Amino acid sequence: MNTSKIRVDQVTVEYTKSNGRKWLSFGNHRKRKDGECRVVLHDINLRIEGGEFVSILGHSGCGKSTLLKIIAGFSRPAAGEVRIDGRKVDGPRPDHVFVFQEGALFPWLTIGENVAMALRSVADSKERLQQSREYLALVALEGVENDYPHMLSGGMRQRAEIARAMAARPDILFMDEPFSGLDHLTRLHLREEMLYLHIMLPQTTILFVTHDIDEALQLSNRLIILSEPPARVKCCRTIDVPHPRNPASDDLGELRAQIYHHLGVHTAL
Amino acid sequence: MWWLSIWNGTEQVPGLRQIASSLYELSTNGVLLRHTVASLFRVTAGFYLAVALAVPLGLFLGRQARINRLVNPFVQFLRPISPLAWVPFAMLWFGIGDRPAFFIIFIAAFFPLLISSTTASASIHPIYFQVAANLHLTKWERIHRLVLPAGMPGIILALRVSLGISWMVVVAAEMIAVKSGLGYLIIDGRNALRLDFVIVAMLTIGTIGLLLDLCMTRLEKMEAVRWRLEHK
Repeated sequence: MNTSKIRVDQVTVEYTKSNGRKWLSFGNHRKRKDGECRVVLHDINLRIEGGEFVSILGHSGCGKSTLLKIIAGFSRPAAGEVRIDGRKVDGPRPDHVFVFQEGALFPWLTIGENVAMALRSVADSKERLQQSREYLALVALEGVENDYPHMLSGGMRQRAEIARAMAARPDILFMDEPFSGLDHLTRLHLREEMLYLHIMLPQTTILFVTHDIDEALQLSNRLIILSEPPARVKCCRTIDVPHPRNPASDDLGELRAQIYHHLGVHTAL
Repeated sequence: MWWLSIWNGTEQVPGLRQIASSLYELSTNGVLLRHTVASLFRVTAGFYLAVALAVPLGLFLGRQARINRLVNPFVQFLRPISPLAWVPFAMLWFGIGDRPAFFIIFIAAFFPLLISSTTASASIHPIYFQVAANLHLTKWERIHRLVLPAGMPGIILALRVSLGISWMVVVAAEMIAVKSGLGYLIIDGRNALRLDFVIVAMLTIGTIGLLLDLCMTRLEKMEAVRWRLEHK
């Protein structure tokens, strides 16, 4: 049988614009009877192995995030199915952790308490605090566990979010453009930390949605490029250049040019 | 001179001097204190009752859009009816004494609290629920670690507004059916043509309203809700 960690089979997503007649409609009966329908993802097939770091690239609005949310179980495809470890995905799971694009730390909890939310299985509160400190140290955040999220910079918040995600000991980590709201320098730092985390926890499979080609080149084992909507998998590339990588180096230069080409950019290089 | 008439008053309106002496008289003989305590007691009881029912119900309705769609027309139907319109029913159901006053205050505070807490919980960003699903929060954890703290700033604002309304309504409620409270003092003063007593009662009501609001503003500055001010 198939031993892939994640199998995405013929996943199709369409948005149906309802015509506003919501009165007394229950469930999904109303869908696709009327109203126009727009196909977002069309027949997506993927195989991802355990421990891979896979980046999904594509134009904005091509359905990258939608695909990620489907694999993570937050939404359902119109057709097709996703299997993780052979089991059909039917909802979010505690070991499939999603790091959101915008801040999703609970603003009413301190950073330490936020990370501790993922450590609720640890009964002893002191031990929990200690562990949340350790996870924060993993992303180079120290001495802020008693601060509230609004007291930190965007980069620190995103770090804390990654710490919370790691504290949940994810089997799969989903990252939806986690660094897109940050300044360039912070992004470079966080890339390094991601790489470090992936080396520290090699068994964690990471699915990383981005539109930053250098980010994808520097971090991932594999790149998946989606076409414009209705999106299909346009191409899949394995990157076997050892870390640490320089996205501007010759090893990656050709691949980089190809990716730009695939994304319809011909003059950037 | 105009200031002289303010000081000494006119035939109809008592002057400052008389108001001051009445204020002194009423506060030293304990009448004012007794009425104030009676009013505060009624406000507290009616208000807490409203909080205890409206806030949980509102938070629940805010998360259950479908049920809310059914309930909301009734709420919007009842809401514009002035609490004072309930006075005859309050007396019919609860007779004479404190209980009709509790009921009037309850009605006055209930709807603003219900609507604000519904809005507060309905407007919680869905991303927090996705995080909650991801972290596998239990139903109970979802309520007390997510819905309650996330709705708290909205709830506190509603408490502040509705406490003001309760305090306003208690006077009206005391104009019927009871023999104590600041509202009674006003009615009694009016009947006895003692406008100075009426003004003393009004001054007391205003002062206590201000103090209550100061307490509520304090609440808004608590650590648990401060994030709302600074959260982008």
